[in-house]
Amino acid sequence: MSKKLVSMTINGKKVEEAVEPRLLLIHFLRENLNLTGAHIGCETSHCGACTVDIDGKSVKSCTELAVQCEGADILTVEGLAKNGILSAVQEGFHQEHGLQCGFCTPGMLVRSYRLLQENPNPTEAEIRAGISGNLCRCTGYQNIVKAVQYAAKKLQETATA
Amino acid sequence: MIPPEFDYHAPTTLNDAVALLSQLGDDAKILAGGHSLLPMMKLRFAEPAHLVDLNRIPQLRGIREEGGLIKIGAMTVENAILDSDLLKEKASLLPKAVKWIADPQVRNRGTIGGDIAHGDPANDHPAIAMALDATFVLHGPGGERKVKAVDFFQGTYMTDMAPNEILTEIQFAPLAKNTGCAYVKLKRKTGDWATAAAAVVLQMSQGKVSLVRIGLTNVADTAIRATKAEELLLGKALTDETLSQVASAVQAACSPAEDLRGDAEYKTAMAGEMTKRALLDAASQIS
Repeated sequence: MSKKLVSMTINGKKVEEAVEPRLLLIHFLRENLNLTGAHIGCETSHCGACTVDIDGKSVKSCTELAVQCEGADILTVEGLAKNGILSAVQEGFHQEHGLQCGFCTPGMLVRSYRLLQENPNPTEAEIRAGISGNLCRCTGYQNIVKAVQYAAKKLQETATA
Repeated sequence: MIPPEFDYHAPTTLNDAVALLSQLGDDAKILAGGHSLLPMMKLRFAEPAHLVDLNRIPQLRGIREEGGLIKIGAMTVENAILDSDLLKEKASLLPKAVKWIADPQVRNRGTIGGDIAHGDPANDHPAIAMALDATFVLHGPGGERKVKAVDFFQGTYMTDMAPNEILTEIQFAPLAKNTGCAYVKLKRKTGDWATAAAAVVLQMSQGKVSLVRIGLTNVADTAIRATKAEELLLGKALTDETLSQVASAVQAACSPAEDLRGDAEYKTAMAGEMTKRALLDAASQIS
């Protein structure tokens, strides 16, 4: 099977590589580009640990082919912090202890980031529905919800400051 | 898990896609959202030599009203249905139901056409399409043809669609004002398929049912329309007695497969219960 040349932007950086069509985006990120932030959990699009942002939409990168991302603009957890300063969601997870083992955290962060872009002032129910595609087996979600609330508040304060 | 090897094609027009499918024959599979196909390929339940990706064909996406019909492009993703103001106003059954399909990320990729054409009785859109009395538009080498939703599904993973055809559009009449509708789905958790689910479209006149369509999810080898139950309801008020007769008629139409969600008896009972709840929900919207 012949390789296909794909080019995309990942965390603001242009990337171009020849890949097998069957290469999944998560493997492209982790193995070809050494971006190991997004995790491989269930590999069946249930757990959300591999969530990345593709053209402004949350997507599970275990169920997306790298070749499908030709021309796409992708954001992974590595792209959230800017110049060494944590993004609002990262700060929220830190301050509110929104993680225990940390396995689900990269997916939770990228999904929460997008959720707050889509809905800057979500209710608790909207946060829970918004992260319903991300499984956490440690926290019981309570502190994750608090972390997202922290980030929402912080983003709003920054916007009005 | 890594899918088996295949060649990847991304046509940008419908004609190119149809031509590719005819040329590649049975070795090709259509890639829509990929959230059923790619997992199946990882498990080697499907090993197509070619994937024809429809995601780069813009004309297959979008929701519009034209010539008295709502028309939804087959490659329209679930979240676009969820957010559609046109559907909220004129066919709210769809956005209401889509809320219960998968999760936010999957809804960004999963398409209405993929959900239908896959032919999985556990998918939600087939029963919803039956309740909307929808028509599916198929494109093949010979041009376009239309099939009613109720005639499309032939068995588990088997549909009326030929290997060189593409489902391009879902069409149905907008719901008239004062029509009630509901999709009630019993599921164990986010992302799970239905243990049983019922889609209902209902009109009442002077307290009696004047129009009703009921579609059922995951309680037979295809989605089914509960026609006996519909006949029984016409001209009746939704009394406890009628609802219990309806539940019996629904249950008689069910032949679910036993799995981790329950045995056949439980799923059959739940199909009756979901139908009752959907009818009452729909009736509550009618003034």
